[in-house]
Amino acid sequence: MTKIDTSRPESVLPTPSHTVGPFYGYALPFPGGGDIAPVGHPDTITVQGYVYDGEGNPLPDAFVELWGPDPEGNLSTTDGSIRRDPASGGYLGRNGVEFTGWGRIQTDANGHWYARTLRPGARGQNAPYLSACVFARGLLVHLFTRIYLPGDEAALAGDPLLSGLDPARRDTLIAQDDGRGTYRFDIRLQGEGETVFLEFQ
Amino acid sequence: MALTQHDIDLEIAAEHATYEKRIADGAPVEHHPRRDYAPYRSSLLRHPKQPPVTIDVSKDPELVELASPAFGERDITEIDNDLTRQHNGEPIGERITVSGRLLDRSGRPIRGQLVEIWQANSAGRYAHQREQHDAPLDPNFTGVGRTLTDDEGNYRFTTIQPGPYPWRNHLNAWRPAHIHFSMFGTAFTQRLVTQMYFPSDPLFPYDPIIQSVTDDAARQRLVATYDHSLSVPEFSMGYHWDIVLDGPHATWIEEGR
Repeated sequence: MTKIDTSRPESVLPTPSHTVGPFYGYALPFPGGGDIAPVGHPDTITVQGYVYDGEGNPLPDAFVELWGPDPEGNLSTTDGSIRRDPASGGYLGRNGVEFTGWGRIQTDANGHWYARTLRPGARGQNAPYLSACVFARGLLVHLFTRIYLPGDEAALAGDPLLSGLDPARRDTLIAQDDGRGTYRFDIRLQGEGETVFLEFQ
Repeated sequence: MALTQHDIDLEIAAEHATYEKRIADGAPVEHHPRRDYAPYRSSLLRHPKQPPVTIDVSKDPELVELASPAFGERDITEIDNDLTRQHNGEPIGERITVSGRLLDRSGRPIRGQLVEIWQANSAGRYAHQREQHDAPLDPNFTGVGRTLTDDEGNYRFTTIQPGPYPWRNHLNAWRPAHIHFSMFGTAFTQRLVTQMYFPSDPLFPYDPIIQSVTDDAARQRLVATYDHSLSVPEFSMGYHWDIVLDGPHATWIEEGR
């Protein structure tokens, strides 16, 4: 069953998802995971928030991956997010010059995560957004959501996803402007104010 | 009173029967676990109650999620896929070679993408501070690796057979031996984190995590096959495990390969 016969499409069936469990912390996170913006870039924004469970408690054992375009709406094809050091076997970190568009940020003991990235530009009919993917102990399949930034109400009103959502739930996808280029985006996995999560077909 | 294995066994059987009934009633096969799978207690407060909102990617080629982050030679070192060579000494345990292909739903190889793994040591202990199982740590084994797939989508790791270990889902809960895998595809929609198991593990029926995949055939796809042709003479036992990423992607439109 674990050798896939690619000559027969009906035999090419997906590998099931599993939880990341509690012990990914020494494997997946890397230094500078949330420092996605090139150093000193004028379009840098800070996005931060908490991940909460169904009782409103923050998760200390979750991580968020962000993936977004540059301010012109272009998606990066540049590698180097997790540059390794062949001499020490450790991490070199990002080079601070190139924009890879992707980051991985684990929540701290308070359930808090933050990232500094570039303000995303619009693509097609969509309002600008960052794609976010949430992983946690207890979560058997990761969860996709989107982080839209407030401000351009016309763009948000014309967004194909946002315009189709119940207005009460729509706002869970729009970050709060905390000033000075800082935005707050909390992720509520369950219950009151539950974040809108996405599936792609 | 602490939950017993018997309590969990009954819940697992009930979930399985419910799934079989859904299939018999014409519901589609479920390749992935449901996020609300109560036998795995940690899922109780961490699954959404609202259904996900579906996005039809065929309507919009500009979606951010249809592209994927890129990884390259800078993101790995030459020995990152050999977990037995990351310290000065030899790790304790049975050396294994784990190899297979990373494919999309059309059976096409996913080339040059990142595969990350992490695992317990041969005694069933993770090199993680929060891990309190009192099996010994191995100073010569961390249990973390990464690699890039080659032009045919192949990946290959050399590591140590991980041990099973206890956890606190219920009284006398044990996880079957497994290796955690994290993969990227050609689209972010294809992102996958999962666990690979070893053939004929007697713990499978008791483990609510593998049993969260209620479809019998899908669950089998998490189990590697012993492959003698992958065994390295006088060095390691070989296991083959192909990975198929779910989720839509745009590559076939763009490249037509």
